[in-house]
Amino acid sequence: MGDYVTPGEEPPQPGIYRSEQMCLAQLYLQSDASYQCVAELGELGLVQFRDLNPDVSSFQRKYVNEVRRCDEMERKLRYLEREIKKDQIPMLDTGENPDAPLPREMIDLEATFEKLENELREVNKNEETLKKNFSELTELKHILRKTQTFFEEVDHDRWRILEGGSGRRGRSTEREETRPLIDIGDMDDDSAARMSAQAAMLRLGFVAGVIQRERLPAFERLLWRACRGNVFLRTSEIDDVLNDTVTGDPVNKCVFIIFFQGDHLKTKVKKICEGFRATLYPCPDTPQERREMSIGVMTRIEDLKTVLGQTQDHRHRVLVAASKNVRMWLTKVRKIKSIYHTLNLFNIDVTQKCLIAEVWCPIAELDRIKMALKRGTDESGSQVPSILNRMETNEAPPTYNKTNKFTKGFQNIVDAYGIATYREINPAPYTMISFPFLFAVMFGDMGHGAIMLLAALFFILKEKQLEAARIKDEIFQTFFGGRYVIFLMGAFSIYTGFMYNDVFSKSINTFGSSWQNTIPESVIDYYLDDEKRSESQLILPPETAFDGNPYPIGVDPVWNLAEGNKLSFLNSMKMKMSVLFGIAQMTFGVLLSYQNFIYFKSDLDIKYMFIPQMIFLSSIFIYLCIQILSKWLFFGAVGGTVLGYKYPGSNCAPSLLIGLINMFMMKSRNAGFVDDSGETYPQCYLSTWYPGQATIEIILVVLALVQVPIMLFAKPYFLYRRDKQQSRYSTLTAESNQHQSVRADINQDDAEVVHAPEQTPKPSGHGHGHGDGPLEMGDVMVYQAIHTIEFVLGCVSHTASYLRLWALSLAHAQLSDVLWTMVFRNAFVLDGYTGAIATYILFFIFGSLSVFILVLMEGLSAFLHALRLHWVEFQSKFYGGLGYEFAPFSFEKILAEEREAEENL
Amino acid sequence: MGILIPLVSVSAFWAIIGFGGPWIVPKGPNRGIIQLMIIMTAVCCWMFWIMVFLHQLNPLIGPQINVKTIRWISEKWGDAPNVINN
Repeated sequence: MGDYVTPGEEPPQPGIYRSEQMCLAQLYLQSDASYQCVAELGELGLVQFRDLNPDVSSFQRKYVNEVRRCDEMERKLRYLEREIKKDQIPMLDTGENPDAPLPREMIDLEATFEKLENELREVNKNEETLKKNFSELTELKHILRKTQTFFEEVDHDRWRILEGGSGRRGRSTEREETRPLIDIGDMDDDSAARMSAQAAMLRLGFVAGVIQRERLPAFERLLWRACRGNVFLRTSEIDDVLNDTVTGDPVNKCVFIIFFQGDHLKTKVKKICEGFRATLYPCPDTPQERREMSIGVMTRIEDLKTVLGQTQDHRHRVLVAASKNVRMWLTKVRKIKSIYHTLNLFNIDVTQKCLIAEVWCPIAELDRIKMALKRGTDESGSQVPSILNRMETNEAPPTYNKTNKFTKGFQNIVDAYGIATYREINPAPYTMISFPFLFAVMFGDMGHGAIMLLAALFFILKEKQLEAARIKDEIFQTFFGGRYVIFLMGAFSIYTGFMYNDVFSKSINTFGSSWQNTIPESVIDYYLDDEKRSESQLILPPETAFDGNPYPIGVDPVWNLAEGNKLSFLNSMKMKMSVLFGIAQMTFGVLLSYQNFIYFKSDLDIKYMFIPQMIFLSSIFIYLCIQILSKWLFFGAVGGTVLGYKYPGSNCAPSLLIGLINMFMMKSRNAGFVDDSGETYPQCYLSTWYPGQATIEIILVVLALVQVPIMLFAKPYFLYRRDKQQSRYSTLTAESNQHQSVRADINQDDAEVVHAPEQTPKPSGHGHGHGDGPLEMGDVMVYQAIHTIEFVLGCVSHTASYLRLWALSLAHAQLSDVLWTMVFRNAFVLDGYTGAIATYILFFIFGSLSVFILVLMEGLSAFLHALRLHWVEFQSKFYGGLGYEFAPFSFEKILAEEREAEENL
Repeated sequence: MGILIPLVSVSAFWAIIGFGGPWIVPKGPNRGIIQLMIIMTAVCCWMFWIMVFLHQLNPLIGPQINVKTIRWISEKWGDAPNVINN
């Protein structure tokens, strides 16, 4: 059988003219197949699951345990990742996209991660212990080395003191304090004195240890005061930088040894050492024992180094092996977690042992979705096929506009204002050209446009490298994301710059100016002879200086030289252009609203909204456009007969603005520019300028005013009448006007149940209550009043709003001219080498200011104004923007978001 | 005659782009979008051109220029035929 299209379903339309046709579908998934089916749909990224359990809290859902297990796995993987980064091991990121693992593979992953984490924690603990031992032994080694020197020094000093006799000398306080020990012995016998001294020295105790260098001064002072000078302290710095055994930070330390007498002092000294967190080590008394201990310590240090190296190597090998897989594992775990989160949205049918899901999906992609479900079912080994059952609903579907890298920028511009109501016309296709074009009307300059174009070209040509670089700067990302918009803005700016004949505020005489000099040489000489007169300005009369053929493309370069009245000419041109462009775009918007009304089959909207709007717009604003064109075509500097009236000259050219005001005021005006006697009226530019203008304008104004009550009351009235008729015949209407057909696709081994409604698609986005529930007249009236007022007043204010096209263009041109006149032109006044240097420097300044002020700041300003013209002036004519965005369940999006969150940490 | 040549040639240029361009777009998923862009470009650019052209068709005012610049114009761009040099 051929393509099956249900009645009322349109054939698929290409592009982004409207949002995709969406349908609500019910999925019946076998419990054992549901995981695989959801995995396949996640890879596809084309379905949006609805939450069928909104009242159930997160902790009561069916698969909350599985989600917790995934969280635990994720935590372990992050721990692994942190350890890998700490060791500065490069992590392999192949960009590989593995399939979501099967549930049984999840158990394997859990076991793997558990084993890896435990192994790593054990290795870390062992390494910590080994490092602590190593540090302690190193400290002991230094103590044994330094204390040997200490003891030798002490022995030498003491013998020298003894040999020096018993006379008191002016020595240090420490030495003086030790003298009483010598006096204990019998002074009579020299030999006996020696023996006594030795015995006294043997009774001295000592402790040795290590302390941090910065604590030493306080330590020394406290010892001295607490022991009242009865201790002897010697210190020496350790040259090696040791590591703190707790934090691993490098620490500078000192070896110290303290000599004292008696157990009381020993206790006190030890307490002080503990208070200062000094580490005490045992130290033998005799040199021989110290030497033996030192050798033992050295041996143990070497052994520890070997073991520590092996431990670190082992840790490194574990991390290197893990680093090859961590990225892939994270991807897998995240996919599993998102699948279980999605399964939690389902209903569980206990009797039939299946899960029920409801999804929004594009109708055009139903085949792909069915194929995905079939693949999932096959992979799980289930025998019962998964069923996709399309449902009918009055709920508004989500809005889904398929985009590519080019259209995404423009779609974002539209979506920032509002997501399109389901199936209403998408403004983005028209925005693709009108947005950069209106920007260019404001920005128009060939030089600045070229800069913008080249910048965008750089982004476009380098887009793969720039995407891979993953630059995190938000401003850069904004520019890069909008590179195609910027490209078109630059291209159109070059075109409009050519039209304005503006290159960095200078003009080019490409086709030969249409204006020539008409002032005799003698007159010019007369003005130039006098210094004061040479500053004068003269007007080239258009009757004679203009050769009758306009400059073919763009503005005549003579106007760039017309310092006196250049702005008068250009402002007049640009204001008229703004009005014409604005009204053209607004009219186009109203025509698009007609397309929407046709699509949603809103006859009332067509008759009593679209037609009155067009009449209103035509009576006033399109008539204004016609007047602008007529003034351009028929009125010049040369007099003659125009449209039946005698036209004296340019001073009588009609004023359109005042004419528009007089049109509404219905003021009586003179007909024609001259009276019966051939004399020109004093204010001839206020006269009517074609026969019957007063009558025609009265008719137009009345016609416009009549449309307002039509827009205001007609639609609510007819809705009210329709509602009354429906309530009268409601008993005769059948309860259900739907029929149902079931189609079995034998080839694909699945089934589809389609509820085919009799009606055509309903405008569900419009809250007018077409047969859905009772009609709320108050709401309808308020809505209609708001809409009518918005349109009527909007036409007036929006027309004025489009004048910003002129204002921004004027600002840009004048700023550019100021930059040239005040900055760069100064370089040309200077001569010689100074002039060359000045040109170089001032060009740099001129270039920098051009880029930063005129391209970036002015460009941003023009961008924002073009944005407003599209959001308010254009889209308000037809765009509801009341939809919500289609958010499909997509692994790609989930992983991208996770990666972005990860990089922001 | 000096009016007709640019009027016809530029309008023909944009008409060829606007009416002929859509036909040569190769078939593909984005054909409709490209066609729409071509047509809108032609319409916008032509509208812009014709407005500038019409504005200069019958000028109401002449340029007000410095005397020194007028001498420069006289030398570089030439004088009008009806100038009487005494």
